[in-house]
Formats: sequence, structure tokens, C-alpha cells
Amino acid sequence: MQQHPYTEKKDTRSGFGAGLSELGRSNPDVVGLCADLTGSLKMDAFQKEHPERFFQVGIAEANMMGIAAGLTIGGKIPFTGTFANFSTGRVYDQIRQSIAYSGKNVKICASHAGLTLGEDGATHQILEDIGLMKMLPGMVVINPCDFNQTKAATIAVAKHKGPVYLRFGRPAVPNFTPADQKFEIGKAVMMNEGKDISIFATGHLVWKAIEACEALEKEGISAEIINIHTIKPLDHQAVIASVKKTGCVVTAEEHQENGGLGDSIAQLLARELPSPLEMVAVKDSFGESGTPDQLMKKYGLDSPDIVKAAKKALSRKSK
Amino acid sequence: MITKEEPTLQKGTTKMPDIKELEKICSQVRRDIVRMVHAVNSGHPGGSLGCTEYFTALYFAVMKHNPKAFNMDGKGEDIFFLSNGHISPVFYSVLARSGYFDVKELATFRKLDSRLQGHPTTHEGLPGVRVASGSLGQGMSVAIGAALAKKLNNDNRLVYSLHGDGEIQEGQIWEAAMYAAANKVDNLISTIDVNGQQIDGSTDKVLPMGDLKAKWQAFGWEVLSTKNGNTISEVIETLEAAATYTGKGKPVMILMRTEMGYGVDFMMGSHKWHGVAPNDEQLAKALAQLPETLGDY
Repeated sequence: MQQHPYTEKKDTRSGFGAGLSELGRSNPDVVGLCADLTGSLKMDAFQKEHPERFFQVGIAEANMMGIAAGLTIGGKIPFTGTFANFSTGRVYDQIRQSIAYSGKNVKICASHAGLTLGEDGATHQILEDIGLMKMLPGMVVINPCDFNQTKAATIAVAKHKGPVYLRFGRPAVPNFTPADQKFEIGKAVMMNEGKDISIFATGHLVWKAIEACEALEKEGISAEIINIHTIKPLDHQAVIASVKKTGCVVTAEEHQENGGLGDSIAQLLARELPSPLEMVAVKDSFGESGTPDQLMKKYGLDSPDIVKAAKKALSRKSK
Repeated sequence: MITKEEPTLQKGTTKMPDIKELEKICSQVRRDIVRMVHAVNSGHPGGSLGCTEYFTALYFAVMKHNPKAFNMDGKGEDIFFLSNGHISPVFYSVLARSGYFDVKELATFRKLDSRLQGHPTTHEGLPGVRVASGSLGQGMSVAIGAALAKKLNNDNRLVYSLHGDGEIQEGQIWEAAMYAAANKVDNLISTIDVNGQQIDGSTDKVLPMGDLKAKWQAFGWEVLSTKNGNTISEVIETLEAAATYTGKGKPVMILMRTEMGYGVDFMMGSHKWHGVAPNDEQLAKALAQLPETLGDY
């Protein structure tokens, strides 16, 4: 199995902060907006270095999305920052009309996505944001897996012309992808080549999939692990090529089963290559308070859940 | 204070605007409005007719803009955002009549494959439109963003926005109002069309909004009022007065009193013509009150 050593755990939101800070120095058109969560979003470095290009809007996310849309008129590249819940559900209509339908070059950057937000509980743990955003025509949806990848993604989306939803999280997680990686929007990343089953994972679940891969290997099962950092546009070619080889699938994400990555992959495979598929995702439920680890276990998003899903998909393949 | 001299940009006139000429334009714009909504038996004539003087003043006498070479960024130009997008007929008519696109295209309003969608959008690339609107309450935030971009670009032109009075029942308007004052967005002139009507009846019946002037002043805006937003000279005077308040640390608000349906007697003073098109007989009656001055499309 391909090894993915790491020396430290870091939060993906700090990867965003580092990426934004680098962009601030390299691209004078990049501007930042935040709705009273500058520290949580790790936008403080950008704010400090470029106060004239940073807009504190207060607790007013709808206004923030509109101001961001307006800033593009005049050539700016706005990066908005708040929690994923307030970046999507709270402002869906503003994003839909003023940004997506209007084709504005706004980067909607969303932290504290999913269950790993932890103790604040279900009011803040959005598990529907990928679905909401991927339904909008023209919206790019990205969910990187660790600090290095989030930093690279942040820098990459500035070059993409058009609206982007960039999703990341709160807890420190293994930082295992290369610091010098080239981030290509819409291009899946092979983490481990295998022949028995394809595991497509996104965000924090990529590391869980790697852990699952190790466990499966011990039982003689060769799992292919593919990091789908871009949920939309989905890398059709990578998905089809892998499933042609393995013949069965597990998808893994920190999101509702409805509307997430699994949903996108199932749709593609149903059309082009029907195959046994199991989804590791939240099953039509809200979250609750708890530590990130407790929640990932309780809601079935841990590596043993991926192992279990893989075995189920494999058994369906052999029937 | 914003200077107003820029020879490369179009302005209706560089001398005192010819009020008679502008009134002629208003009459033609009103003909366009009723003909457009009649042709597709849908659309919003009431607010469009009420805001005809405002649009004509803005596009033919006040703004410095470049209709023949529209570009999205509008650098070096005054730019306008329509937040209450349902009054698209007056917006489209004035954009066409001021040269953004051929007036013949007004005949495609609300039809399949048209750039003139029911509510304005950038999606089909119609020159003159810089953001989609229709879902209410969003345009002031966008205008603020564009005004901030102008400041970052050292562009001393102004940003204008128009809102319905019913529209300001949306909470986002007040988020924007707070932001603009707190952050001294003083290159923005917003206008509220105070016609006192909304879909379900008068604004005083549906949701009384109290003293609008006091509210906007309390939010930190410079507030101007027009007694009669259907008198073109008064609208121009107010817009020009508003410009003298820009650059002084406060956003500027114009509370513009208009009559919904103005110019067509049977459409005036009622919310009933908010979103209803005239039938053949009503169209003939309306057109009889509105002389054709620039040639129908």
C-alpha cells in the first residue's frame, strides 16, 4: 500500500488562512470578507497585512454575499469567510441570484463544515451544504482533505473564473499530502492503487479511507483510494476508470447521504457503469453535541465504517 | 465632491438638460412599457410607469456612462443597480432608448430565447445589466460592493441603486444600510421608490414602515426627499443635489415619492396594476394618453 506519512496534525481552516495570506501578497485583486469570525476562519493574517482589502461585515452574511458579488464589478476577487452553515443555507438565495445566476467571481469559503465542528451541536453542523451548492448551475464545489491541500486549493481557486464553494473544517487532522502539490480543480487524486474495490472519499474522510485501506489490506483486500477533492465538476474519467477495474464502490464523506459526493458518483455510475455501491455518510439525520471523534463514530463516519461498507459492496459484487 | 466633467462619456446633455426633450422621452418610455407588458400579457407596469422620470433623469441627464461600449466593470463610469427587478420594463426601455441595445429588441421581452428576461439578469449578456435581481432586498449590498471596488480602484464615479418601498421590508436592506454608514460608503446614492403600494395592498396596510426619513437618518445616511418623483425637473435636481453630498463620509438616500401607474389615468394610485398587463382595449386607452415621440419599436 502507498504510504502517506505525516509529521503533524493541523486544521484545514488554517490551510485556508495560509493560502489566503499567500494570495494577498501575490494578487492585488484578492479581497477578503468576513462575518465576525476572522479568528475562526484564520483570516487574521490577511486582515493584518492588507487592511484596505479586508471587509469586516459583522453578523450579516446575506449582506456579505451581496457585497462580494458587487466587488467583482470592478475586477476584485472576493473570498468570503464564515462557518459552512452560514455560508450556504443561511444565504442560499443571495448566492443563487447575486452570485451564481449573475456569474460572479466569488469564492465562498466555509469552515466548520460537518460533524467535526463538535460541541456546538446540530445548529452549526451543516451536513447539507455540498448538496445545496452543487445544485447551483456553474458552481464549483471543493472539499480538500488536509492543511496542505486546503492551502493549495485556496490558491488555485483564485485563478478559476467563476463562483466556487470551498469547504473545510475545524479540527486538527493528519497533514499528509505534499506541501508542494499542484492543485487541479476537477482532477481526482489517486492515493492508493488497488484492484478489489474503489473507495472515493472527500474532505476529512480521505484520511479515514486510508486507515480503512490498511485494515482491508490485512484481510487481503486491495482497495483503491481516490481523493475526490472536487465534487463538482466530478472527475468522471477517474471514477469510471477505477470502477471498471474494481467493479464495486464505497463513497465516504462528512455530509448527508442525500445530495453529497456519494449521490454524484451513484448518478454517474447508474448512467454509465452500474455497480454495487455503498455510501458512508450521515443517514438523513441532524448531528448533536460531542467531540469530533465521538461524533464520527456515532454517525458511522469512522474508518471501521468504511471497512464494513467495503465488505458489503464486495459481497454484492460476488453475488 | 465628485467632478462631473468627462468628455468621452455620454451624458444626455452637458448643458442644462432640456426638460421638454426629457418629457418626450418619458412619454415614449411609457408607451414602450405598456406595449411590452401587453404583448406578453405579463410583467409589471405599475412601478415601471411610476419610476419613468427617475430612469430617464438618470440615464439621459445625470449619469456619465458609456452605452455604446458596455463593460461589466464600468471603470470610470457611473453605474446603476436595479434592486426591485420586477420593474424591468422601464429599465429595458431606458437602456434601449439610451443606446445599450437596439430598441427592436424590446419586442422580445419575456419571450423564449430573449435577453430581456422577466427580471433583469446578466445571464444572457444584456448590455447595461450588471447583476440579476428579482428576489428582493439584494441590490443594495451589491451596489455597496461595487462602490467599495470603485474606491479600491481610485475611481471617483458614483454608484446608484433603486429599491421599492415594499422591498425594504427585507432584512438584508437593513444589514446593508448599517454597513454602508458604518464604513462611510459615500460614493453610493440609493433611491427608494415610495409609492406606498405593494402586492397585497398599501404598504401602510401590509406592513407599516413608519417614518422612513427618521429611520434612514438613524441608520446614519444623508437623506433627501422628493415631493414629486414624477416631475422630471425635480428628480434631476434631487439627483444632482444628492451628488453634492457624496464624498463626505455618508451614503446618500433619496426618498422619492411617486405614483404607481403614473401617466396612465386608470392605472394610477392603486396596487392593482403592480403585476397585471392591460388588455387590447386598455392598451389603446393607455396609448391615447401617451404621445409617440421617438417612434415605437
